[in-house]
Amino acid sequence: MTRLSAAFAKGHPALVTFVTGGDPTPAATPAILDALVAGGADVIELGMPFTDPMADGPAIQKANLRSLGAGTRTADILKIATDFRARHPDVPLVLMGYANPMTIRGSDWFADQCAAAGVDGVICVDIPPEEDPELGPALRARGISLIRLATPTTDAARLPAVLEGSSGFLYYVSVAGITGMQQAAVGSIAEAMARIKAKTDLPVAVGFGVRTPEQAAAFAKVADGVVVGSALVDLVGEHGANAAGPVQELTAALAQAVHNAREA
Amino acid sequence: MTAANSYRNQPDDRGHFGQFGGRYVAETLMPLILDLEQNYRAAKADPAFQAEFDDLLEHYVGRPSPLYFAPRLTEELGGAQVWFKRDELNHTGAHKINNCIGQILLAIRMGKTRIIAETGAGQHGVATATVCARFGLPCVVYMGATDVARQAPNVFRMKLLGAEVVPVTSGAATLKDAMNEALRDWVANVHDTFYIIGTAAGPHPYPELVRDFQSVIGKEARAQMLARTGRLPDLLVAAIGGGSNAIGLFHPFLDDPSVRMLGVEAAGYGLDKEHAASLAGGRPGILHGNKTYLLQDEDGQITEGHSISAGLDYPGIGPEHSWLKEVGRVDYTSVTDSEALEGFQLLCRTEGIIPALEPSHAIAAVTKVAPTMSKDQIVLVNLCGRGDKDIFSVAEHLGVKL
Repeated sequence: MTRLSAAFAKGHPALVTFVTGGDPTPAATPAILDALVAGGADVIELGMPFTDPMADGPAIQKANLRSLGAGTRTADILKIATDFRARHPDVPLVLMGYANPMTIRGSDWFADQCAAAGVDGVICVDIPPEEDPELGPALRARGISLIRLATPTTDAARLPAVLEGSSGFLYYVSVAGITGMQQAAVGSIAEAMARIKAKTDLPVAVGFGVRTPEQAAAFAKVADGVVVGSALVDLVGEHGANAAGPVQELTAALAQAVHNAREA
Repeated sequence: MTAANSYRNQPDDRGHFGQFGGRYVAETLMPLILDLEQNYRAAKADPAFQAEFDDLLEHYVGRPSPLYFAPRLTEELGGAQVWFKRDELNHTGAHKINNCIGQILLAIRMGKTRIIAETGAGQHGVATATVCARFGLPCVVYMGATDVARQAPNVFRMKLLGAEVVPVTSGAATLKDAMNEALRDWVANVHDTFYIIGTAAGPHPYPELVRDFQSVIGKEARAQMLARTGRLPDLLVAAIGGGSNAIGLFHPFLDDPSVRMLGVEAAGYGLDKEHAASLAGGRPGILHGNKTYLLQDEDGQITEGHSISAGLDYPGIGPEHSWLKEVGRVDYTSVTDSEALEGFQLLCRTEGIIPALEPSHAIAAVTKVAPTMSKDQIVLVNLCGRGDKDIFSVAEHLGVKL
């Protein structure tokens, strides 16, 4: 069993947490990642900063700018990942970001680096199935999961193409929009879950717009996992290098809500 | 020339121009651009669509634009004959309107009820606001806050035309950031919104459809030149930011082997300093939905372009230009801010035409190349915009207080 599949086989919904690597500085990120683990996150998404985060709302845009402003390089992100793996041998780690930083030295280079760092999966926002050759084959050849996104606009005819070549889990984007903004109705999520689960055995995690333990619990009732990003990133923005404490506190509240959602 | 070795049959069915182009967008947008492609194919095959496009270009835009021989500039340069395709005489003063007419007809055909656009210098924003007013559709234009400040007249024009102008403060607050923000709007309003992209870039099918709509420039110029001189030009010259006016002029001539082509990028303060010459100073990467030459660092972080012309300071270029460079069909060069300023003044003085700073780059390139050619040769330059919008920044650069 891979680290990712184990994270979704704990007998309760999984909490997936996102922070931007290098925010506020590369030196501060390890303590923030440790806080996510200590708080009870089941999967860690480490954002690779990019100058042009087109799919992100203001919270994560600012995080990208803070990280790049602190001088974060791709090498720093890979070092953060490598060190994380050494400290947390069993916690799945996923890199999330945009195509250009991932592919600029070639997909083989990037996939090699991910493999060496102990990265379990990659989410690339702007490589849809139509452009899979750009990244997918290199990752799959090294046993790294390519985690694709499905959205409210992914209709039944398109879903098989999205699932083809996906592994680890499927990231369901709950609303047509950017990260951290409005929240979807739980009813629409349940409907989407039913539609997707009919086509795949992959775990499905729901994200975009989930900020509070209450919202996370509502989604966790109908999904295999819940992704929280902007709310955590906002804490990093507010507390900077001292963010680990508040991040752990929110993560713990989210984890409790998500893990126990089906018992209530 | 057979279809197999034609330069005019790009992109392929996946939207690729060789290794360039493609559809690098978030999943939310993917079904939309597939739908757009399908609708564009149908529109292209529909004579009624083409007839409405042609009618609006003739009676609303004022096409065909004249083909003009520039006698005094030719004499001053002392080499090849210099001719201009006068797209600065279009309604709204630039070539941008050609594309906007095509795209808004497509939007209406698709039942979309809200239009968004990005703009740099404001020319595309004005053209989009214009067609939205003409067809009664609400219009939101994203414009970098820096550009809002340096292009105040165009901001006012857009507002007069009923558009909402949203200043974008993220990043460097210029064109690329405006495009990011327009994409964010689109992804959140997929059900009713059509995104009118201003240049021959972005995800497939935008580079293709913008090129097709702008190809009216080259089709007219080719027919006009044959009618006037009985021959084809020896060299085409056009300025390039994203490259829509250049591809519009070049594309109908690509399979004429005797016609050489020169695209002119903005070298800003110089290629060794800040500039916006993606082909000369960049390398292939992925941004805004397509793979193309980009200004970027070794990690793939996008760097800011600089040009005296707000219409050229985009860190990328349309993917078809990247391909035409790689296959060697089109030559690309660059000219600096100060060379463009000289070209600007030269055309004012010799021909009584105030050009925009964008085609002033093409004029500057012509001052270098025309003197090396013989007097019986013909250079055709795309005069893609008029300079009224630029007189304030030109005055400032010349040290004149208005």
